[in-house]
Amino acid sequence: MPHNAETEVAGKPLASLPPTHTVTLNINGSDKKLELAPWVSLLDALREYLHLTGTKKGCDHGQCGACTVLVNGTRINSCMTLAIMEEGNEITTIEGLAKGDELHPVQAAFVEHDAYQCGYCTPGQICSAVGLLSEGKAKTADDIKELMSGNICRCGAYSNIVTAIEQVMQQKGGQAHE
Amino acid sequence: MNSFTYARAQDVQMAIAEKTSGTETKFIAGGTNLTDLMKVNVENPTHVVDIRRLPLKQITETESGGLRLGALATNAETAYHELVETRYPLLAKAILAGASAQLRNMATNGGNPLQRTRCYYFYDTATACNKREPGSGCSAINGFNRIHAILGTSEHCIAVHPSDMAVALTALDATVNVSGPNGERSIPFLEFHRLPGDTPHLDTNLGADEIITSIDLPAKGFAEYNTYLKLRDRTSYAFALVSVAAALAIEGDIIKEARIALGGVAHKPWRKPEAEATLVGKEATPENFKLFARELVAGAKGFGHNDFKIELAHRAIVRALLQAAKKEALI
Repeated sequence: MPHNAETEVAGKPLASLPPTHTVTLNINGSDKKLELAPWVSLLDALREYLHLTGTKKGCDHGQCGACTVLVNGTRINSCMTLAIMEEGNEITTIEGLAKGDELHPVQAAFVEHDAYQCGYCTPGQICSAVGLLSEGKAKTADDIKELMSGNICRCGAYSNIVTAIEQVMQQKGGQAHE
Repeated sequence: MNSFTYARAQDVQMAIAEKTSGTETKFIAGGTNLTDLMKVNVENPTHVVDIRRLPLKQITETESGGLRLGALATNAETAYHELVETRYPLLAKAILAGASAQLRNMATNGGNPLQRTRCYYFYDTATACNKREPGSGCSAINGFNRIHAILGTSEHCIAVHPSDMAVALTALDATVNVSGPNGERSIPFLEFHRLPGDTPHLDTNLGADEIITSIDLPAKGFAEYNTYLKLRDRTSYAFALVSVAAALAIEGDIIKEARIALGGVAHKPWRKPEAEATLVGKEATPENFKLFARELVAGAKGFGHNDFKIELAHRAIVRALLQAAKKEALI
Protein backbone atom coordinates (compact mmCIF):
# COMPACT_ATOMS: atom_id res chain seq x y z
CA MET A 1 0.00 0.00 0.00
CA PRO A 2 1.47 3.37 -0.90
CA HIS A 3 2.40 5.68 1.91
CA ASN A 4 0.24 8.66 2.34
CA ALA A 5 2.51 11.53 3.25
CA GLU A 6 -0.34 13.37 4.88
CA THR A 7 -1.20 10.67 7.35
CA GLU A 8 2.08 8.80 7.84
CA VAL A 9 5.68 9.75 8.54
CA ALA A 10 8.34 7.04 8.43
CA GLY A 11 5.61 4.41 8.42
CA LYS A 12 4.00 5.75 11.60
CA PRO A 13 0.55 7.27 11.46
CA LEU A 14 0.36 10.90 12.49
CA ALA A 15 -1.98 11.79 15.30
CA SER A 16 -5.03 13.39 13.77
CA LEU A 17 -5.24 17.13 14.28
CA PRO A 18 -8.14 18.63 16.22
CA PRO A 19 -10.93 19.92 13.99
CA THR A 20 -10.89 23.40 12.52
CA HIS A 21 -13.63 25.90 13.33
CA THR A 22 -15.66 28.14 11.10
CA VAL A 23 -14.74 31.58 12.38
CA THR A 24 -16.32 34.83 11.25
CA LEU A 25 -14.09 37.83 11.77
CA ASN A 26 -15.21 41.39 11.21
CA ILE A 27 -12.24 43.07 9.56
CA ASN A 28 -12.33 46.71 8.52
CA GLY A 29 -16.10 46.67 8.43
CA SER A 30 -16.77 43.45 6.57
CA ASP A 31 -17.34 39.90 7.78
CA LYS A 32 -14.83 37.28 6.67
CA LYS A 33 -15.62 33.62 7.10
CA LEU A 34 -12.55 31.41 7.65
CA GLU A 35 -11.80 27.78 8.47
CA LEU A 36 -9.24 28.07 11.22
CA ALA A 37 -7.43 25.79 13.63
CA PRO A 38 -7.81 27.17 17.16
CA TRP A 39 -4.10 27.93 17.49
CA VAL A 40 -4.02 30.39 14.57
CA SER A 41 -3.19 33.83 15.95
CA LEU A 42 -5.15 36.86 14.80
CA LEU A 43 -1.92 38.05 13.15
CA ASP A 44 -1.56 34.85 11.13
CA ALA A 45 -5.26 34.92 10.20
CA LEU A 46 -4.83 38.44 8.85
CA ARG A 47 -1.63 37.80 6.96
CA GLU A 48 -1.82 34.17 5.85
CA TYR A 49 -5.56 33.61 5.42
CA LEU A 50 -6.85 37.08 4.46
CA HIS A 51 -3.65 38.34 2.84
CA LEU A 52 -3.88 41.62 4.71
CA THR A 53 -0.12 41.90 4.95
CA GLY A 54 -0.07 45.49 6.16
CA THR A 55 -0.01 44.18 9.71
CA LYS A 56 3.56 43.02 10.27
CA LYS A 57 5.08 40.11 12.14
CA GLY A 58 8.15 41.29 14.02
CA CYS A 59 8.92 39.28 17.13
CA ASP A 60 5.67 37.25 17.29
CA HIS A 61 5.96 37.46 21.12
CA GLY A 62 4.23 40.73 22.02
CA GLN A 63 7.47 42.61 22.45
CA CYS A 64 7.86 44.77 19.34
CA GLY A 65 4.37 46.10 18.53
CA ALA A 66 4.68 45.65 14.74
CA CYS A 67 1.48 43.56 14.79
CA THR A 68 -0.64 46.19 16.59
CA VAL A 69 -4.26 46.35 15.42
CA LEU A 70 -7.41 47.86 16.90
CA VAL A 71 -10.08 45.60 18.36
CA ASN A 72 -13.28 47.51 19.14
CA GLY A 73 -11.10 50.61 18.90
CA THR A 74 -8.57 49.35 21.45
CA ARG A 75 -4.97 48.69 20.43
CA ILE A 76 -3.68 45.16 21.03
CA ASN A 77 -0.88 42.87 19.82
CA SER A 78 -2.49 40.64 17.19
CA CYS A 79 0.26 38.03 17.64
CA MET A 80 -0.79 37.40 21.25
CA THR A 81 -4.44 36.61 20.67
CA LEU A 82 -6.08 33.65 18.99
CA ALA A 83 -8.18 34.59 15.96
CA ILE A 84 -11.05 32.43 17.19
CA MET A 85 -11.23 34.51 20.38
CA GLU A 86 -11.88 37.67 18.39
CA GLU A 87 -15.11 36.46 16.81
CA GLY A 88 -17.80 39.11 17.23
CA ASN A 89 -15.31 41.97 17.64
CA GLU A 90 -14.63 44.79 15.20
CA ILE A 91 -11.04 44.51 14.01
CA THR A 92 -9.35 47.46 12.30
CA THR A 93 -6.01 47.03 10.57
CA ILE A 94 -3.79 49.56 8.86
CA GLU A 95 -5.69 48.78 5.62
CA GLY A 96 -8.90 50.02 7.23
CA LEU A 97 -7.79 53.43 8.47
CA ALA A 98 -7.94 55.53 5.31
CA LYS A 99 -11.27 56.61 3.80
CA GLY A 100 -10.70 55.82 0.15
CA ASP A 101 -7.85 58.05 -0.98
CA GLU A 102 -8.09 60.21 2.12
CA LEU A 103 -5.45 59.23 4.65
CA HIS A 104 -6.27 58.93 8.33
CA PRO A 105 -4.90 62.02 10.13
CA VAL A 106 -2.24 59.87 11.84
CA GLN A 107 -1.16 58.42 8.49
CA ALA A 108 -0.97 61.93 7.01
CA ALA A 109 1.06 63.19 9.98
CA PHE A 110 3.51 60.27 9.64
CA VAL A 111 4.03 61.19 5.98
CA GLU A 112 4.35 64.88 6.76
CA HIS A 113 6.94 64.35 9.51
CA ASP A 114 8.84 61.49 7.85
CA ALA A 115 8.09 59.33 10.87
CA TYR A 116 9.74 56.19 9.50
CA GLN A 117 12.73 54.92 7.66
CA CYS A 118 12.39 51.31 6.54
CA GLY A 119 8.65 51.32 7.31
CA TYR A 120 8.37 47.86 8.80
CA CYS A 121 7.17 49.03 12.21
CA THR A 122 5.02 51.82 10.72
CA PRO A 123 1.61 50.07 10.45
CA GLY A 124 1.93 49.03 14.09
CA GLN A 125 3.11 52.49 15.12
CA ILE A 126 0.15 54.11 13.35
CA CYS A 127 -2.47 51.72 14.75
CA SER A 128 -0.92 52.14 18.19
CA ALA A 129 -1.01 55.94 17.86
CA VAL A 130 -4.67 55.82 16.80
CA GLY A 131 -5.39 53.75 19.91
CA LEU A 132 -3.37 56.13 22.10
CA LEU A 133 -5.30 59.14 20.81
CA SER A 134 -8.67 57.56 21.49
CA GLU A 135 -7.55 56.51 24.99
CA GLY A 136 -6.97 60.19 25.68
CA LYS A 137 -4.41 59.64 28.46
CA ALA A 138 -1.41 61.30 26.82
CA LYS A 139 -1.12 65.03 27.57
CA THR A 140 2.58 65.68 26.94
CA ALA A 141 5.32 64.47 24.59
CA ASP A 142 6.70 62.47 27.53
CA ASP A 143 3.31 60.78 27.92
CA ILE A 144 3.38 59.88 24.22
CA LYS A 145 6.85 58.34 24.62
CA GLU A 146 5.74 56.31 27.64
CA LEU A 147 2.47 55.15 26.08
CA MET A 148 4.14 54.26 22.75
CA SER A 149 6.86 52.17 24.43
CA GLY A 150 5.24 48.97 23.15
CA ASN A 151 6.25 49.89 19.59
CA ILE A 152 9.89 49.42 18.73
CA CYS A 153 11.50 51.21 15.75
CA ARG A 154 14.96 49.86 15.04
CA CYS A 155 15.65 52.61 12.50
CA GLY A 156 15.21 55.05 15.36
CA ALA A 157 12.50 57.28 13.89
CA TYR A 158 11.17 57.87 17.38
CA SER A 159 11.50 61.65 17.54
CA ASN A 160 9.55 62.12 14.29
CA ILE A 161 6.95 59.59 15.41
CA VAL A 162 6.39 61.58 18.61
CA THR A 163 6.16 64.83 16.62
CA ALA A 164 3.61 63.31 14.23
CA ILE A 165 1.43 62.05 17.08
CA GLU A 166 1.76 65.36 18.93
CA GLN A 167 0.51 67.21 15.87
CA VAL A 168 -2.61 65.06 15.57
CA MET A 169 -3.21 65.44 19.30
CA GLN A 170 -3.10 69.22 18.92
CA GLN A 171 -5.42 69.07 15.92
CA LYS A 172 -7.83 67.11 18.08
CA GLY A 173 -7.64 69.80 20.76
CA GLY A 174 -5.37 67.94 23.13
CA GLN A 175 -2.43 69.56 24.85
CA ALA A 176 0.84 68.17 23.68
CA HIS A 177 3.17 70.73 25.17
CA GLU A 178 5.70 69.77 27.78
CA MET B 1 2.81 25.69 19.16
CA ASN B 2 1.24 22.30 19.75
CA SER B 3 -2.25 21.57 18.51
CA PHE B 4 -5.14 21.84 20.94
CA THR B 5 -8.91 21.80 21.03
CA TYR B 6 -10.86 24.94 21.87
CA ALA B 7 -14.01 25.61 23.85
CA ARG B 8 -15.72 28.85 24.77
CA ALA B 9 -17.08 28.88 28.32
CA GLN B 10 -20.49 30.51 28.71
CA ASP B 11 -20.49 30.62 32.50
CA VAL B 12 -18.18 29.95 35.45
CA GLN B 13 -19.60 26.47 36.11
CA MET B 14 -18.98 25.44 32.51
CA ALA B 15 -15.43 26.75 32.72
CA ILE B 16 -14.75 24.72 35.88
CA ALA B 17 -16.33 21.62 34.33
CA GLU B 18 -14.16 21.98 31.21
CA LYS B 19 -11.07 22.33 33.40
CA THR B 20 -11.90 19.33 35.55
CA SER B 21 -12.61 17.06 32.58
CA GLY B 22 -9.19 17.30 30.97
CA THR B 23 -5.73 16.85 32.40
CA GLU B 24 -3.92 19.35 30.20
CA THR B 25 -6.53 22.09 30.08
CA LYS B 26 -5.72 25.78 30.31
CA PHE B 27 -7.94 28.81 30.64
CA ILE B 28 -7.23 31.66 28.26
CA ALA B 29 -8.40 35.26 28.73
CA GLY B 30 -5.96 38.05 27.82
CA GLY B 31 -3.62 35.37 26.49
CA THR B 32 -0.56 37.61 26.66
CA ASN B 33 1.53 35.12 28.63
CA LEU B 34 -0.09 31.78 27.77
CA THR B 35 0.09 32.37 24.00
CA ASP B 36 3.72 33.35 24.34
CA LEU B 37 4.55 30.24 26.38
CA MET B 38 2.67 27.98 23.96
CA LYS B 39 4.74 29.37 21.08
CA VAL B 40 7.98 28.34 22.81
CA ASN B 41 6.52 24.96 23.88
CA VAL B 42 6.79 25.70 27.60
CA GLU B 43 3.02 25.42 27.99
CA ASN B 44 1.53 22.59 25.93
CA PRO B 45 -2.17 22.33 26.77
CA THR B 46 -4.25 19.85 24.78
CA HIS B 47 -7.43 21.82 25.48
CA VAL B 48 -7.83 25.59 25.81
CA VAL B 49 -10.95 27.09 27.37
CA ASP B 50 -11.73 30.67 26.39
CA ILE B 51 -13.13 32.37 29.49
CA ARG B 52 -13.19 35.88 28.06
CA ARG B 53 -16.99 35.98 27.75
CA LEU B 54 -17.69 35.13 31.38
CA PRO B 55 -19.53 37.92 33.23
CA LEU B 56 -16.52 38.88 35.34
CA LYS B 57 -15.65 42.26 33.86
CA GLN B 58 -17.19 44.57 36.44
CA ILE B 59 -15.43 46.83 38.92
CA THR B 60 -17.85 47.44 41.78
CA GLU B 61 -17.84 48.79 45.33
CA THR B 62 -18.16 46.19 48.08
CA GLU B 63 -20.42 46.42 51.13
CA SER B 64 -17.39 46.80 53.38
CA GLY B 65 -16.32 49.95 51.56
CA GLY B 66 -13.75 48.29 49.36
CA LEU B 67 -13.60 47.61 45.65
CA ARG B 68 -14.13 44.34 43.78
CA LEU B 69 -12.07 44.01 40.60
CA GLY B 70 -13.62 41.54 38.18
CA ALA B 71 -11.15 38.90 37.02
CA LEU B 72 -11.80 39.75 33.38
CA ALA B 73 -11.54 43.53 33.62
CA THR B 74 -8.37 44.38 31.75
CA ASN B 75 -5.36 45.87 33.47
CA ALA B 76 -5.89 49.11 31.52
CA GLU B 77 -9.59 49.33 32.47
CA THR B 78 -8.58 48.83 36.09
CA ALA B 79 -5.69 51.30 36.21
CA TYR B 80 -7.78 54.01 34.54
CA HIS B 81 -10.96 53.31 36.53
CA GLU B 82 -12.00 56.42 38.42
CA LEU B 83 -12.33 54.66 41.79
CA VAL B 84 -8.95 52.96 41.39
CA GLU B 85 -7.27 56.23 40.38
CA THR B 86 -8.72 58.16 43.30
CA ARG B 87 -8.84 55.56 46.09
CA TYR B 88 -6.08 53.10 45.15
CA PRO B 89 -3.52 55.15 43.21
CA LEU B 90 -0.79 52.73 44.30
CA LEU B 91 -2.49 49.98 42.29
CA ALA B 92 -2.97 52.26 39.28
CA LYS B 93 0.71 53.25 39.35
CA ALA B 94 1.90 49.65 39.63
CA ILE B 95 -0.27 48.45 36.75
CA LEU B 96 0.86 51.32 34.52
CA ALA B 97 4.50 50.59 35.38
CA GLY B 98 4.16 47.15 33.77
CA ALA B 99 4.15 45.91 30.17
CA SER B 100 3.04 48.11 27.25
CA ALA B 101 -0.25 49.87 26.52
CA GLN B 102 -1.23 47.10 24.08
CA LEU B 103 -0.55 44.33 26.60
CA ARG B 104 -2.37 46.19 29.38
CA ASN B 105 -5.37 46.42 27.04
CA MET B 106 -5.38 42.63 26.76
CA ALA B 107 -4.12 41.34 30.12
CA THR B 108 -6.77 40.72 32.77
CA ASN B 109 -6.82 41.09 36.53
CA GLY B 110 -7.18 37.35 37.01
CA GLY B 111 -4.41 36.54 34.57
CA ASN B 112 -1.83 39.07 35.70
CA PRO B 113 -1.03 37.37 39.04
CA LEU B 114 -0.91 34.01 37.23
CA GLN B 115 1.74 35.00 34.70
CA ARG B 116 4.87 32.87 34.82
CA THR B 117 8.43 33.92 35.53
CA ARG B 118 10.57 35.43 32.78
CA CYS B 119 13.65 33.42 33.90
CA TYR B 120 15.61 32.79 30.68
CA TYR B 121 16.02 29.11 31.50
CA PHE B 122 12.33 28.58 32.18
CA TYR B 123 11.72 29.80 28.62
CA ASP B 124 14.55 27.79 27.04
CA THR B 125 13.43 24.18 26.68
CA ALA B 126 17.02 23.15 25.82
CA THR B 127 18.09 23.82 29.43
CA ALA B 128 17.30 22.27 32.80
CA CYS B 129 14.61 24.01 34.85
CA ASN B 130 12.84 22.65 37.93
CA LYS B 131 9.89 24.96 37.38
CA ARG B 132 9.32 23.73 33.82
CA GLU B 133 10.45 20.14 34.34
CA PRO B 134 10.56 19.17 38.04
CA GLY B 135 13.73 17.33 39.00
CA SER B 136 15.76 18.44 35.97
CA GLY B 137 17.81 20.99 37.95
CA CYS B 138 18.20 24.77 38.03
CA SER B 139 20.33 26.34 35.32
CA ALA B 140 20.12 29.82 36.85
CA ILE B 141 21.87 29.17 40.16
CA ASN B 142 25.23 28.76 38.45
CA GLY B 143 24.23 30.47 35.22
CA PHE B 144 23.29 33.98 34.15
CA ASN B 145 21.27 35.17 37.11
CA ARG B 146 21.29 38.96 36.96
CA ILE B 147 17.49 39.18 37.03
CA HIS B 148 17.00 36.48 39.65
CA ALA B 149 15.87 36.31 43.27
CA ILE B 150 17.79 37.32 46.39
CA LEU B 151 15.13 36.43 48.96
CA GLY B 152 13.23 33.23 49.72
CA THR B 153 15.18 31.17 47.19
CA SER B 154 15.71 27.42 47.40
CA GLU B 155 18.37 25.13 46.01
CA HIS B 156 15.81 24.19 43.36
CA CYS B 157 14.77 27.60 42.00
CA ILE B 158 15.79 31.26 42.12
CA ALA B 159 13.15 32.63 39.74
CA VAL B 160 11.27 35.85 40.48
CA HIS B 161 7.61 36.63 39.97
CA PRO B 162 7.36 39.26 37.20
CA SER B 163 4.09 41.06 38.06
CA ASP B 164 4.00 44.70 39.19
CA MET B 165 0.28 44.57 39.88
CA ALA B 166 0.74 41.71 42.33
CA VAL B 167 3.26 43.74 44.34
CA ALA B 168 0.72 46.53 44.89
CA LEU B 169 -2.07 44.04 45.63
CA THR B 170 0.15 42.44 48.27
CA ALA B 171 0.87 45.80 49.92
CA LEU B 172 -2.84 46.68 49.84
CA ASP B 173 -3.87 43.39 51.52
CA ALA B 174 -6.08 42.37 48.62
CA THR B 175 -7.98 39.08 48.56
CA VAL B 176 -8.32 36.69 45.63
CA ASN B 177 -11.81 35.18 45.21
CA VAL B 178 -11.89 31.83 43.45
CA SER B 179 -14.47 29.26 42.38
CA GLY B 180 -13.94 25.54 42.06
CA PRO B 181 -15.83 22.24 42.01
CA ASN B 182 -16.24 22.52 45.79
CA GLY B 183 -17.58 26.07 45.76
CA GLU B 184 -16.03 29.43 46.42
CA ARG B 185 -13.20 30.53 48.69
CA SER B 186 -11.00 33.57 49.26
CA ILE B 187 -7.22 33.62 49.48
CA PRO B 188 -5.39 36.56 51.10
CA PHE B 189 -3.00 37.96 48.50
CA LEU B 190 -0.06 37.50 50.83
CA GLU B 191 -0.73 33.75 50.74
CA PHE B 192 -1.61 33.51 47.06
CA HIS B 193 1.88 33.06 45.65
CA ARG B 194 4.34 30.47 46.95
CA LEU B 195 8.04 30.36 47.65
CA PRO B 196 9.82 27.78 45.47
CA GLY B 197 10.94 25.35 48.21
CA ASP B 198 11.11 21.90 46.67
CA THR B 199 8.01 22.48 44.50
CA PRO B 200 9.06 25.37 42.25
CA HIS B 201 6.68 24.17 39.52
CA LEU B 202 3.84 25.52 41.71
CA ASP B 203 3.65 29.32 41.51
CA THR B 204 0.46 29.82 43.51
CA ASN B 205 -1.95 28.15 45.92
CA LEU B 206 -4.77 28.26 43.37
CA GLY B 207 -6.19 24.75 42.90
CA ALA B 208 -5.70 23.13 39.50
CA ASP B 209 -9.46 23.15 38.92
CA GLU B 210 -10.16 26.58 40.38
CA ILE B 211 -10.78 29.86 38.56
CA ILE B 212 -10.20 33.38 39.83
CA THR B 213 -13.48 35.31 39.72
CA SER B 214 -12.43 38.61 41.30
CA ILE B 215 -9.91 40.42 43.48
CA ASP B 216 -11.13 42.44 46.47
CA LEU B 217 -9.43 45.58 47.74
CA PRO B 218 -10.15 46.49 51.36
CA ALA B 219 -11.56 49.92 52.20
CA LYS B 220 -8.21 51.37 53.17
CA GLY B 221 -6.44 52.49 49.99
CA PHE B 222 -3.59 54.66 51.37
CA ALA B 223 -4.42 57.23 48.70
CA GLU B 224 -2.59 60.06 50.48
CA TYR B 225 0.85 58.52 51.04
CA ASN B 226 1.96 55.91 48.54
CA THR B 227 4.41 55.21 45.76
CA TYR B 228 5.38 52.51 43.33
CA LEU B 229 9.08 52.72 42.58
CA LYS B 230 10.28 50.46 39.77
CA LEU B 231 13.97 50.16 38.94
CA ARG B 232 14.81 48.49 35.63
CA ASP B 233 17.23 48.46 32.73
CA ARG B 234 15.17 50.94 30.67
CA THR B 235 12.56 53.38 31.89
CA SER B 236 9.59 51.82 30.14
CA TYR B 237 8.45 48.38 29.08
CA ALA B 238 10.92 46.30 31.10
CA PHE B 239 10.57 43.98 34.05
CA ALA B 240 11.66 45.18 37.48
CA LEU B 241 15.11 44.47 38.83
CA VAL B 242 13.74 45.77 42.12
CA SER B 243 10.39 47.42 42.73
CA VAL B 244 8.81 48.78 45.89
CA ALA B 245 5.12 49.31 46.62
CA ALA B 246 4.96 51.57 49.66
CA ALA B 247 1.79 52.70 51.44
CA LEU B 248 1.80 54.80 54.60
CA ALA B 249 -0.72 56.34 56.97
CA ILE B 250 0.83 59.44 58.55
CA GLU B 251 -0.58 61.81 61.16
CA GLY B 252 1.44 64.86 61.97
CA ASP B 253 4.93 63.54 61.38
CA ILE B 254 4.22 60.15 62.87
CA ILE B 255 3.71 56.92 60.91
CA LYS B 256 0.46 55.24 61.96
CA GLU B 257 0.61 52.35 59.51
CA ALA B 258 3.08 51.07 56.94
CA ARG B 259 2.76 48.49 54.16
CA ILE B 260 5.73 47.72 51.96
CA ALA B 261 6.04 44.98 49.33
CA LEU B 262 8.99 44.29 47.05
CA GLY B 263 8.93 43.02 43.47
CA GLY B 264 11.72 41.55 41.37
CA VAL B 265 13.48 40.01 44.38
CA ALA B 266 11.63 36.78 45.13
CA HIS B 267 9.32 34.03 43.85
CA LYS B 268 6.45 36.11 45.26
CA PRO B 269 5.90 39.73 46.26
CA TRP B 270 8.05 40.11 49.40
CA ARG B 271 6.43 41.54 52.49
CA LYS B 272 7.06 41.32 56.25
CA PRO B 273 4.18 42.66 58.37
CA GLU B 274 6.24 42.22 61.56
CA ALA B 275 8.93 44.53 60.17
CA GLU B 276 6.27 47.07 59.12
CA ALA B 277 5.06 47.19 62.74
CA THR B 278 8.46 48.54 63.81
CA LEU B 279 7.79 51.71 61.75
CA VAL B 280 4.58 52.54 63.61
CA GLY B 281 4.98 55.49 65.95
CA LYS B 282 8.20 56.59 64.26
CA GLU B 283 8.95 59.64 62.15
CA ALA B 284 9.41 59.39 58.40
CA THR B 285 13.20 59.84 58.34
CA PRO B 286 15.91 58.26 56.17
CA GLU B 287 17.43 56.72 59.31
CA ASN B 288 14.21 54.97 60.34
CA PHE B 289 13.64 53.76 56.79
CA LYS B 290 17.21 52.41 56.57
CA LEU B 291 16.64 50.37 59.72
CA PHE B 292 13.39 49.08 58.25
CA ALA B 293 15.08 48.20 54.94
CA ARG B 294 17.62 46.14 56.87
CA GLU B 295 14.75 44.17 58.44
CA LEU B 296 12.85 43.63 55.20
CA VAL B 297 15.90 42.53 53.20
CA ALA B 298 17.45 40.50 56.06
CA GLY B 299 18.85 37.16 54.91
CA ALA B 300 19.18 38.24 51.26
CA LYS B 301 21.56 36.09 49.24
CA GLY B 302 23.06 36.85 45.84
CA PHE B 303 24.11 34.31 43.22
CA GLY B 304 26.82 36.31 41.49
CA HIS B 305 25.34 38.43 38.73
CA ASN B 306 22.46 39.56 40.94
CA ASP B 307 24.52 40.51 44.02
CA PHE B 308 23.86 44.19 43.23
CA LYS B 309 20.17 43.69 43.91
CA ILE B 310 20.79 43.47 47.65
CA GLU B 311 22.16 47.01 47.93
CA LEU B 312 19.70 48.19 45.29
CA ALA B 313 16.78 46.85 47.34
CA HIS B 314 17.99 48.64 50.50
CA ARG B 315 18.28 51.95 48.69
CA ALA B 316 15.03 51.51 46.75
CA ILE B 317 13.08 50.89 49.97
CA VAL B 318 14.43 54.09 51.59
CA ARG B 319 13.78 56.14 48.46
CA ALA B 320 10.27 54.75 47.97
CA LEU B 321 9.31 55.37 51.60
CA LEU B 322 10.60 58.95 51.47
CA GLN B 323 8.65 59.48 48.25
CA ALA B 324 5.51 57.98 49.78
CA ALA B 325 5.92 60.19 52.87
CA LYS B 326 6.37 63.23 50.60
CA LYS B 327 9.87 63.78 51.98
CA GLU B 328 11.66 63.59 48.65
CA ALA B 329 13.88 66.49 49.67
CA LEU B 330 15.60 64.08 52.08
CA ILE B 331 16.57 61.58 49.34
